[in-house]
Amino acid sequence: MTAHAPITAASGCSEPVVQRQRGQHAVFCGLTGIIWMHRKIQDAFFLVVGSRTCAHLIQSAAGVMIFAEPRFATAIIEERDLAGLADAHEELDRVVDQLLSRRPDIRLLFLVGSCPSEVIKLDLCRAAQRLDKRFNPDCRVLSYSGSGIETTFTQGEDAALAAMVPSLPAKAADSPASLLVVGALADVVEDQFRRIFTDLGIGDVAFFPPRRSTDLPAIGPGTRMLLAQPFLAETARLLEGRGATRLSAPFPLGVEGTSAWLDAAAAAFGIGQAAFDAATAAPRERAARAMERYRPQLAGKSIFFFPDSQLEAPLARFLANEAGMRIVEVGMPYLHRQHMAPDMGLLPAGTLITEGADVDQQLDRCRAARPDLVVCGLGLANPLEAEGLNTKWSIELVFTPIQGYEQAGDLAELFVRPFNRKQRLSVQLPAKAATHQAAAPTGGA
Amino acid sequence: MQLTVWTYEGPPHVGAIRIATAMTDVHYVLHAPQGDTYADLLFTMIERRDQRTPVTYTTFQARDLGGDTAEIFQSACRDAHQRFQPAAMLVGASCTAELLQDNPAGLATALNLPIPVVPLELPSYQKKENWGASETFYRLARALLAGRAQGYVRPERAAGTRPSCNLLGPTALGFRHRDDITEVTRLLAALGVDVNVVAPLGASAADLARLPDADFNISLYPEIADVTVRWLERTFRQSTVRIVPIGVGATTDFIAEVIKVAGLDPAVAERAIPSRLPWYSRSVDSTYLTGKRVFIFGDATHVIAAARIATEEMGFTVVGIGTYTREFAREVRELAGKLGVEALISEDYLEVEARIAELQPELVLGTQMERHIAKRLRIGCAVISAPVHVQDFPARYAPQMGFEGANVIFDTWIHPLMMGLEEHLIGMFRGDFEFSDSATPSHLGAGHGSHMATQTSPVVPDIAMPEPAPVAAATMPPAATGASIIWANEAELELKKIPFFVRGKARRNTERFAILQGLELITVDTLYDAKAHFGR
Repeated sequence: MTAHAPITAASGCSEPVVQRQRGQHAVFCGLTGIIWMHRKIQDAFFLVVGSRTCAHLIQSAAGVMIFAEPRFATAIIEERDLAGLADAHEELDRVVDQLLSRRPDIRLLFLVGSCPSEVIKLDLCRAAQRLDKRFNPDCRVLSYSGSGIETTFTQGEDAALAAMVPSLPAKAADSPASLLVVGALADVVEDQFRRIFTDLGIGDVAFFPPRRSTDLPAIGPGTRMLLAQPFLAETARLLEGRGATRLSAPFPLGVEGTSAWLDAAAAAFGIGQAAFDAATAAPRERAARAMERYRPQLAGKSIFFFPDSQLEAPLARFLANEAGMRIVEVGMPYLHRQHMAPDMGLLPAGTLITEGADVDQQLDRCRAARPDLVVCGLGLANPLEAEGLNTKWSIELVFTPIQGYEQAGDLAELFVRPFNRKQRLSVQLPAKAATHQAAAPTGGA
Repeated sequence: MQLTVWTYEGPPHVGAIRIATAMTDVHYVLHAPQGDTYADLLFTMIERRDQRTPVTYTTFQARDLGGDTAEIFQSACRDAHQRFQPAAMLVGASCTAELLQDNPAGLATALNLPIPVVPLELPSYQKKENWGASETFYRLARALLAGRAQGYVRPERAAGTRPSCNLLGPTALGFRHRDDITEVTRLLAALGVDVNVVAPLGASAADLARLPDADFNISLYPEIADVTVRWLERTFRQSTVRIVPIGVGATTDFIAEVIKVAGLDPAVAERAIPSRLPWYSRSVDSTYLTGKRVFIFGDATHVIAAARIATEEMGFTVVGIGTYTREFAREVRELAGKLGVEALISEDYLEVEARIAELQPELVLGTQMERHIAKRLRIGCAVISAPVHVQDFPARYAPQMGFEGANVIFDTWIHPLMMGLEEHLIGMFRGDFEFSDSATPSHLGAGHGSHMATQTSPVVPDIAMPEPAPVAAATMPPAATGASIIWANEAELELKKIPFFVRGKARRNTERFAILQGLELITVDTLYDAKAHFGR
């Protein structure tokens, strides 16, 4: 059996160097998690209670949703709602009535708190309880906060899942061990993992969140949970509170991460080395073969991560160990030491991790280091490209199936593409590349 | 509280960011939580800007609320000044910080920065993006012209000098503003008029201080510039050209107005390179355009311009107009009255969709949202107005204004209509299996929905525009009028031979006719009687 990943951060010289920063962040708020969550849970609707800014944020960030009606909306707070809170609750009830009569197919409604609703202390928890009483069992109503003053980008998923935990059915205390995979994954990745778990002989496997809100997994003392995403602190805490045991493992990115992640489950279910190898050898070998094509194009190149999704540390581990890249800095919005320990323990000695952000200072460091590749948000990418740096948008890493053996090559390819493009493009930028300014076809005035 | 699935305009501070980003040396310190930084990507991704937006967000967090968010704001102002060395600074709050009442104006003033600091009061829970842009431009111009405003006396223009004007209103993230400026500047040059300042797009703070040096102002985009030009009129005695030169007729009127205001010889009008539109509209192939039923929706400026082009320059029939610009609702209502239609003033795209479904136009002129609506209803659509989308920043030169703009508009509008013989063949051979209702006409792209799928990559291109909800099917419910009318089977089948894009209208007309005639059963004859009664 492969070595189980260390549970605590390795000590001494192999420990990453962690620095903390406070300053301007350039990260989305937790509302953005709605973009993938509303597609993952097919009968759920996310109603943000917020401002026009919240509505504009989600529609701007969620431009991907062009094929079907979005299952999210905003109840925009107006001047008159700010006058008195009792009024705001009545207004909210009216908006929910309007919404549910328009979408009778919805089985789970999330009331999502925002910065303004938090600041005016609009009690969405109470509102959800009140509305749940009215609409249950046709539609459950839950609440969580996706506000930017409390959550960053991917923490929105954590908050949504955490809100669902209390409604999970309980499993009898003497039930046999079962496996719960926690964190939204692409449907195809979920199916691949399910097949491997079946091959390993782990029969009772559930994924959380479920694709339909009514297919809630039961949990109890026999539940062993594997986190599929590195941003689920609160969800994991609440599941532990309901008796589940968290299996410590690196996150399932790349061959190494996926193997160690599956191995944690195998170990917990007492599955021997031979069975593990039988179930994983073929996809592991395939993934290694897929990686061979991309490794030479990444090996030796340097990479710099701006803080964004919390995936930065596992990605850095993958790129350093499996693609041979040199890690300049790993920026993360925050550091959950316990959940991140297995990945951090596998990072090259002395890797610099920055927790929190001061975007201007981080840009200074990035420009000074001139890394071969910068992983950053959409607000920074084009300006850095214009400075001659290669970039990879971090948001794409959240919206693409990247976990598991079959996606290891795809994940590497996402980092190869900027280099590939650079190599292909021989066309020269004009000397003064103010490309957004007026360019007259002939002389103007 | 208002249920909003999608919104035409962002919050007012996004309007302020459009002004700051348009200018070369103005920085905006925005008291705002993490997350509000999303606004940056509107500029870097939709407009493909190659520089960061000049905005510092304080990104305060919940743990700061009990402490001193005011201190966070002040240090953000100090740091931004030191790092970016702007010539002027805008300060204000987004929706959340507005609730904290930290008073950014007072806090910033207390810092005594050695540059003009302009406080912005943008009520987030009442106003929207264009209002915010307009207010910001006005406050900034006032602040930077404070020294010149008192007792200003306009000097006579020296004999022999060329008249000059300011082009006011273009911003970052504006619909074709980039190319409109070039086109209008070129047109004015041909007439012998210099452009003193274009603002805010491409202007510096020092340029705004030079605004009074021009003889007159041109308000290119009233949504942004109107408040400022009114103040300039009062304060610096500058006249204003208010005709927006979109379309051949409007451009011709614009030229005449400029000549009048600038005191030029009317003969200079002939120096402008004319548009091809008037001849193209008279070319025989354009009989396809005659009487096409169009629905127009967008910002007020572009809707008003489009209505004139549609009626006077293309020979269309306008069946409906509307705008999301409440500030100019009166103008749009007046125009609707002249056209004999009802104006739709709304920020709710579901209402717009319902209206389009009801009117069954043959062409929609709208925003990117109406493009989605039209695609669902299988109606051709051309985009004429913001909110902008990455596709609204084409690599090619594509102004809307001036005579070249009229050429661009002609091409853009007829593109979704260019059916030629295909239209006839569909009419003649409804039974052809490839002409079935589910087969999209070739000019509308390869198959419903797949059009976007093939031309966009998963994350960026549609960044501003999620697909909205269908509210109503394209076909009208039978007997929408409420009467108990029954369609005979044969009549129902005959109706299906009519192209889908006019079928709803044919159905409604036939039912209306049946009611008029007191009929309870619609037969094939009733269908054709109604056709004869109402005409096409």
